[in-house]
Amino acid sequence: MLSVDISKKLGEFDLKVNFSIADEPMAILGASGCGKSMTLKCIAGIETPDFGRIVLNDKVLYDSEKGINLSPQKRHVGYLFQNYALFPNMTVAENIGFALNKRHNKDEIIRDFIDKLRLKGLEDKFPAQLSGGQQQRTALARMLALNTEIIMFDEPLSALDSFLKWELEQELMEIFTSFDKPVLYVSHDRGEVYRLCERIAILEKGQMISFSTKHKLFENPCTVTGTILTGCKNISAATESDNGLVFAKDWGIGFKIPTGVVGADIKFVAIRAHLLTLKNNACDNTYNAQIINVIEDVFDWIVLLKLSPKASKPFRWVINKKESPMLEKGFFVDVGVATENIIFLEH
Amino acid sequence: MKNTALPSNKTMYNIIVTPIWISIKTALLATIITFFIGIYAAIFVIRLKRYKGLWDGLFTLPMVLPPTVVGFFLLLFLGKNSFMGKIFAVFDYNFIFSWGATVVSAVVVSFPLMYRTARGAFEQLDQNIISAARTLGISEWRIFWQVMLPNCFYGVLAGVVLSFTRALGEFGATIMVAGNIPGKTQTISTAIYAAVQAGDYELAYKWVGVVVLVSFAVILMLNSWTNRQSKKPVYLQRKAG
Repeated sequence: MLSVDISKKLGEFDLKVNFSIADEPMAILGASGCGKSMTLKCIAGIETPDFGRIVLNDKVLYDSEKGINLSPQKRHVGYLFQNYALFPNMTVAENIGFALNKRHNKDEIIRDFIDKLRLKGLEDKFPAQLSGGQQQRTALARMLALNTEIIMFDEPLSALDSFLKWELEQELMEIFTSFDKPVLYVSHDRGEVYRLCERIAILEKGQMISFSTKHKLFENPCTVTGTILTGCKNISAATESDNGLVFAKDWGIGFKIPTGVVGADIKFVAIRAHLLTLKNNACDNTYNAQIINVIEDVFDWIVLLKLSPKASKPFRWVINKKESPMLEKGFFVDVGVATENIIFLEH
Repeated sequence: MKNTALPSNKTMYNIIVTPIWISIKTALLATIITFFIGIYAAIFVIRLKRYKGLWDGLFTLPMVLPPTVVGFFLLLFLGKNSFMGKIFAVFDYNFIFSWGATVVSAVVVSFPLMYRTARGAFEQLDQNIISAARTLGISEWRIFWQVMLPNCFYGVLAGVVLSFTRALGEFGATIMVAGNIPGKTQTISTAIYAAVQAGDYELAYKWVGVVVLVSFAVILMLNSWTNRQSKKPVYLQRKAG
């Protein structure tokens, strides 16, 4: 159980986070420079907040009112860095064992984690002789061997290429399910956090703008930033017109307002690229759109559409190559979207 | 030709060797002291949140001031009439014109070199490595000796060598506070000065030869050390690509 309520002045904005998590993985999703790493550093004691309170399992790590500020050494918090931060002058085994000096079964623990993280045969190698994935697994072993009260990950996969990333993600998934203490996972990659964590918080310019389960978040990201961070490529400013329609200014088209959303003050609408489809019976809203450009992706076509002659911004549409008809620049195509797949945003 | 009686071989040997020995003794002790306070100052300044520039300026000052000014300040703070001088007097010790004064002079002028090189080396080390060590519960003492120092080895070594050569060559402050007493405070630098003043070029040549040889040997040793990639531990080798 971890509860955090801190604020800290950071150059251009103030970091203000307030959340608590039980013994489960939680992700903090945010663009770079939004304060997510700073949050982890404050919990670990590497940085000091201006004021607030951090409590981990009844142990007060930081309390500005009572003047408590434990050193990182006394916090027993696991922290995995993006750039691994291994000790360059120590071998893999020495790195893992460095913090275990007082344990009588040090060698046993080292061997155990070398097995667990598939580092066998690399025990005597120095970090400079390892691949990125091996380095990160060593750092992971070094952190896990201490059996801390919480483990925190600061963009642990972002320096790896996609194949190694996937391998390590599998490893993390296993660790997350077996670790029955709080886990904090910071990333800007929506896929990663969606696969790894049940709960996701969104941080924008130091403010926590949403905190919910992943399914809720991806269905209704609540804010424009949340929508962008969950990977939505199409967002338009919107106004409500009198006849029960929402008008998307950038695309020059109107949508029927679904029941339930009525009364809300809609300022933006968003549609995920793959949720626009070729016109079919499920579509409540249909458009005859002009194709501006077709870009070939690995398995899909990325099609830029002009949804109406008045559109000022192209709509980014993704369609699987196998399902796609001939799409050619300048031609028109009938597309549509179900109202339930439209995200209406108030801010 | 000098009209004084020629000294015997043994005294001649003493005359030549004593200043060399005093110089080396002084430079070695000064380097050891500078090593610790220089590194301590480097870590102190790195960790400062405010007034970094002020402290850095203060610590660098002995490097940019004329050595005579450094000597002047030493006289001011450690001389007979100073507060410290009065404390020394209680123990019947006179700092000025003592061997201790040669050491202190050498420490003060070589300190900025150690401080600056060590600071540069420590600042180049990835801060995350230090942070990682802290979150792992490693004490600051162990972090310094087992993480910072081994990974900044060549930077710190460069600081030590620079400090040693600077301490060895120290002249201005030394002659002001320690004087030029043969067999006591006369170092090789002050001895050369005295020999030239007295017109004894033969003696001066010998000392100059020794100084040039020692200094050059130190630089060569340092170069061969830092260039021999294959003999270095793996973690200190430059990575390819």
